[in-house]
Amino acid sequence: MFGELIRQKSFGVSLVLFLTLLVAPSFLPRFYIYILAVIFVTALLAMSLNLCVGHGMLFQFHHGVFYGVGAYTAGLLLVKTSLPWWIALIAGPLAAAFAGLLIGMFCIRLNRLYFGMLQISLGSLIWAIAFRWYDLTGGDDGIHGIPIPDFIASTTGSYFFVLIVTVICLLLMFLILKSPFGSTLQAIRDNPERCAAVGINVRRHQLITIIIATFFGGVAGVLFVIVEGSIFPDLLFWTLSLEIFIMCLLGGWFTFAGPILGAALIVSLRTFVGTYTEYWTLILGVILILLIFFLPEGLMGTNYRQLFRSRVKYNGEYQTE
Amino acid sequence: MLRVKNLHKAFDEFKAVDGAHLRVEKGQLVAVIGPNGAGKTTLFNLICGQLQPDKGKILLDDEDIGKLPPHVICRKGIARSFQIANIFPRLSVFRNAQVSVLSQQKLSNKLFHPAAQLAVDETDHILDSVGLLDKKMDLAGSLSHGDKRILEIAIALGNLPDLLILDEPTAGMSPDETTTTMALIQRLAADQGLTILFCEHDMEVVFGTAESIMVMQQGHTIVQGDPQTVRQNIEVQQAYLGDE
Repeated sequence: MFGELIRQKSFGVSLVLFLTLLVAPSFLPRFYIYILAVIFVTALLAMSLNLCVGHGMLFQFHHGVFYGVGAYTAGLLLVKTSLPWWIALIAGPLAAAFAGLLIGMFCIRLNRLYFGMLQISLGSLIWAIAFRWYDLTGGDDGIHGIPIPDFIASTTGSYFFVLIVTVICLLLMFLILKSPFGSTLQAIRDNPERCAAVGINVRRHQLITIIIATFFGGVAGVLFVIVEGSIFPDLLFWTLSLEIFIMCLLGGWFTFAGPILGAALIVSLRTFVGTYTEYWTLILGVILILLIFFLPEGLMGTNYRQLFRSRVKYNGEYQTE
Repeated sequence: MLRVKNLHKAFDEFKAVDGAHLRVEKGQLVAVIGPNGAGKTTLFNLICGQLQPDKGKILLDDEDIGKLPPHVICRKGIARSFQIANIFPRLSVFRNAQVSVLSQQKLSNKLFHPAAQLAVDETDHILDSVGLLDKKMDLAGSLSHGDKRILEIAIALGNLPDLLILDEPTAGMSPDETTTTMALIQRLAADQGLTILFCEHDMEVVFGTAESIMVMQQGHTIVQGDPQTVRQNIEVQQAYLGDE
């Protein structure tokens, strides 16, 4: 089952990176450890979105909603009930996947952009609930100081927990993408009509993909609660969804690890440039324009050798596999 | 095996298929011919479920399949290729063919098992039978046009169909490629006992290979019969062959 993983060219690099991150808290200041944890959470969220967008060509425009549902479910259960903490942590992703099923069932009937538009409207409904239901969700203020279990309450504790859970989720996603299910999903991305003609139930396949992706989105939401100890309606707002969509495009949406790179770049940009100027999104905008013109397949999806070899316009030769 | 009875399909005012009839017997090589816009592709789309008929019946072994969605029709043993090369450009040749083999073996929903190890022999066998085995690791999007068309047939074969429907299998091919492809199709029909229904522009190709020919014009069937009968049919001569 893991043979596929070890055979990957990038396996060595990933292993070294993982081991470095494991010992990072011993030499990095606390602030950077916190930023790294935020990057992991965001990377997991972007990766879960990319299951839909990059591998399934499903324009999941409002993926942030499922992140929020995961976070709110876990947060509210921790604050308002006396249930054991682990139930709250498991309930988050399950609730997100259920929301994914509900919204997906409607959206899946539409194609491409229309799918995305309906997603935004249905997702915004959930945002409105979180925003308006003051008694339960704290409305615009959200809920802060959520009691986190002791062993993961410290910065380092939460860092390790988030790191391990993220890595496990990434491994699962990798295996899913290499499985017949993932293979078929990528075939549907390339050509849904052809897939239906070889006997694949395209809509059902896409719906299962959405459920899986929203589940992982929910995991990211729970991890957010652990890192930040708070929930607020901005988690479900569509600007966040747009941001993670950009991460996928920036990193390379047809690659496996592209969204991780995209998440790392954008979170760093927001953190470090954002302290100097509130116009950091301006820089993001310029980056996006350059991206569209020069690297339409994203940073990791580009065939650089070809890009630099010829002065002829990049013909976008496919670089999957 | 397949019976199409008085089939109608209109797009708004335009009657694309307007009274089509077709008989395909088991093991036959049947061709549909007709001028551009005669409704050949629409007829195939109706049979395979990409479109739903307005009126008329499509019977597969006496079962009406007219209202079924494409993936269900496929599971009943009808596989098809499309007129434009309809492949998965970002996947390797091997994985292109594997998609349909996995679907045939009901493995498409399997999670957490490497696809690279599943259905390898079956997929290789299919690629071998169409002559693409040496290119199995190439990206499908980088193949030549002729090879893409062949790959399309390979994808359809992955479903182990009883009836293979090919929409202009040699469209856009060079004369050499056309000859090779038609030889391949005849060989597949003979070796695997396939029933093949195809449409084609090239008259030589059709009269050289088909056992039964159905002629369409403006959406309706003029005649169906063996090449000799069709050649001698006055209406066909006026409507179609006479134009050339």
